[in-house]
Amino acid sequence: MNLPFDFTVDKDTATIYITREFAADLDLVWDAFTKSEILEQWMGPKPWRVQTKEMDFRVGGRWLYAMVSPENVARYSLVEYIEIQPKSSFTTRNSFSDENGNPLNTVFTYSLTTNSFKAEAGKTTVSIVKKLESLSQLEQFTAGGFYKEGTAMGFRNLDELLLTLVTNK
Amino acid sequence: MRRDIFQAIADPTRRAILVLIAVQAMTPNAIAEHFDNTRQSISKHLRILSECDLLAKKQEGREIFYELKIDKMKEIDIWLAQFRKIMEEKFQQLDQVLFTIKNKKK
Repeated sequence: MNLPFDFTVDKDTATIYITREFAADLDLVWDAFTKSEILEQWMGPKPWRVQTKEMDFRVGGRWLYAMVSPENVARYSLVEYIEIQPKSSFTTRNSFSDENGNPLNTVFTYSLTTNSFKAEAGKTTVSIVKKLESLSQLEQFTAGGFYKEGTAMGFRNLDELLLTLVTNK
Repeated sequence: MRRDIFQAIADPTRRAILVLIAVQAMTPNAIAEHFDNTRQSISKHLRILSECDLLAKKQEGREIFYELKIDKMKEIDIWLAQFRKIMEEKFQQLDQVLFTIKNKKK
């Protein structure tokens, strides 16, 4: 199964645009993005798992969760719900936090993400606009941050990256 | 059209060219010898890679050598490529979850 996936970056505005189609109806896809018990099943890149500490999906509410490594090291993330248009879109402010949801102001600031949902003939297209303060924040999401250990993501140099891309195709 | 690293690596032949010239500078003919593609098609890929600003040209005698502008493949691009991969993998996990839930409902 190869569903349409689009990923573009506007470097000048540090904004990432992602569009992906899912083979399920709007109600189910909306739940998958807004209910912690489903989010937990897909948000963790293997072998990390997601554990919810708090979930309150309403404007002003938040989802506080931990990414837990196989060695049981937990890194907390905070998703604050800023705007919600039911079954249509929602906007979140995302940051890394401590276990109580207090911001970690040492390294990371925050990003704003809007997820929009569009239903069509039993399928649902999700458009994600992720506005970062700067693209260098991405290091937190990838090599320098979360996923450094335990995943195949730790590309060390260009050759390795390119060879992996070639082999995966 | 604005070109970037994602267009550069979107095609398997271009990825293979990048791997080749990452190791050493090569002439277009030497590059073409590694592929079954026509010389014309390799020229087209080289032009696109050049428009992505990934190729440096060096003239030596009558020959032109292409090499990879390694500094253009900046860390940010590598992070972006990794972030893209992470998102792709998450969505594939979500496909599975959606499939499982749909089947339970039936």
